[in-house]
Amino acid sequence: MNTLINGIFKRDMALAFRQRSELAQPLMFLLMVITLFPLGIGPGPVTLQKIGPGVIWIAAILSSLLAMERLFRDDFWDGSLEQYMLSGQSVAAIAAIKVLVHWLVSFLPLVLFSPLLALFLNLTVDMYVALMLTLVLGTPLLSLVGAIAVGLTVGLQRGGVLLALLLIPVFIPLLIFATSAVDSAALQLPYRAQLAIIGAMLMLAMATAPFAIAYALKVSQN
Amino acid sequence: MWKWLHPYAKPERAYQLCVTLQPYFLWPGILCLLVGSLWGLAFAPQDYQQGDSFRIIYIHVPSAILSMSTYVAMAVAALVGIVWQWRTAFMAMIAMAPVGAVITFIALFTGAAWGKPMWGTWWVWDARLTSELILLFLYLGVIALYGAFEDKQQAGKAAGVMALVGVVNVPIIHYSVEWWNTLHQGATISKFDKPSIAPEMLWPLLIALLGLALFIAAVTVMRMKNEIIRREYHRPWVKDLAARALGDDHAV
Repeated sequence: MNTLINGIFKRDMALAFRQRSELAQPLMFLLMVITLFPLGIGPGPVTLQKIGPGVIWIAAILSSLLAMERLFRDDFWDGSLEQYMLSGQSVAAIAAIKVLVHWLVSFLPLVLFSPLLALFLNLTVDMYVALMLTLVLGTPLLSLVGAIAVGLTVGLQRGGVLLALLLIPVFIPLLIFATSAVDSAALQLPYRAQLAIIGAMLMLAMATAPFAIAYALKVSQN
Repeated sequence: MWKWLHPYAKPERAYQLCVTLQPYFLWPGILCLLVGSLWGLAFAPQDYQQGDSFRIIYIHVPSAILSMSTYVAMAVAALVGIVWQWRTAFMAMIAMAPVGAVITFIALFTGAAWGKPMWGTWWVWDARLTSELILLFLYLGVIALYGAFEDKQQAGKAAGVMALVGVVNVPIIHYSVEWWNTLHQGATISKFDKPSIAPEMLWPLLIALLGLALFIAAVTVMRMKNEIIRREYHRPWVKDLAARALGDDHAV
């Protein structure tokens, strides 16, 4: 079991780093979407500070939808996924490890990028700390819940738009709690409650999502 | 204990059940809807503040309540399908989805029409309006996912997973938006010990609620019959059924 998980972890990491351009594209998309807002709404620092947290989170969700598609696609089409299912190992564990790798290669860079985004949108230091914390707690939730829908749509020819239709409503609570945490931070109010709720949602997803992903992949494999 | 339910996993038995149940749902449903709406729209007393425009409550409230119940019923059907591998449960689920979506749309539309004279605006980003809108998106997601698959058996399972993900989210969405913003008035009829609505207004509302619930059940049963026939049209029992129906027609 351990060797299998180790092997999948190393293989996926290697694959991700050998397709660097595909790795960088969602991040570039995020950066460009955020650039559009000051241009479209006006560069007033007060306005930007007000909309900043929401803009960063919305851009993160949109770019995650782009990055998410990659999660099981190649494994599905080259047949590795079928081999995982036939291996007799727990598909839920395999799915969990793949989601972890996906988070490491597509969301961790986003978290590391976020100081730059905060600078662009004129966030204060307090707001930035809150944004960072919500991103650290919230993006794994995006990965886990997103992976269920990716597992369901992986066999479809044109799954991209459908994936967005399925996932955007599901991500709304996260968006609400995350931006409200950053807004509270802007007013120097405590935001532990929002973080605790995001954390609770993450725990729920960690406990249940791998099994849902495993079932979704089984349905897609048919 | 569950033994009496198992035969209905077979499409043929489920079809027979639908045929048996349909009249019990359809006619009382239509009757209750007529009585509830006529009583509510024509005979119930005027509201002292809102005048006659409050009467839309007799359509708005039943559809708003039932839009959520239908989603829960859909998720229960999906769970039954996934746990016990019943094909018919997925058929029931997908039979309910468009009905629920339409009911959700009715709730939103009547809510907007009510909001215009009362709040002075068609739409506000209030907690309940927003969660109802997101509920509509969840319904549309399930329907879209079902439609995307060629193989309807696979489609049922996939849409079922999404319905379950949605049902976990419905309460979270509800409380998150409630916390986020609130303008809508509090619940009036769920406070059973002392309802804050006059009894002569409450009765037609309850009758309309029951009527709409039965009507949704009737439409679901009809859609499920169609779904079963569409999937099983090559089976002997469906061919027998068709032959018998044709024979009857010729006899008449």
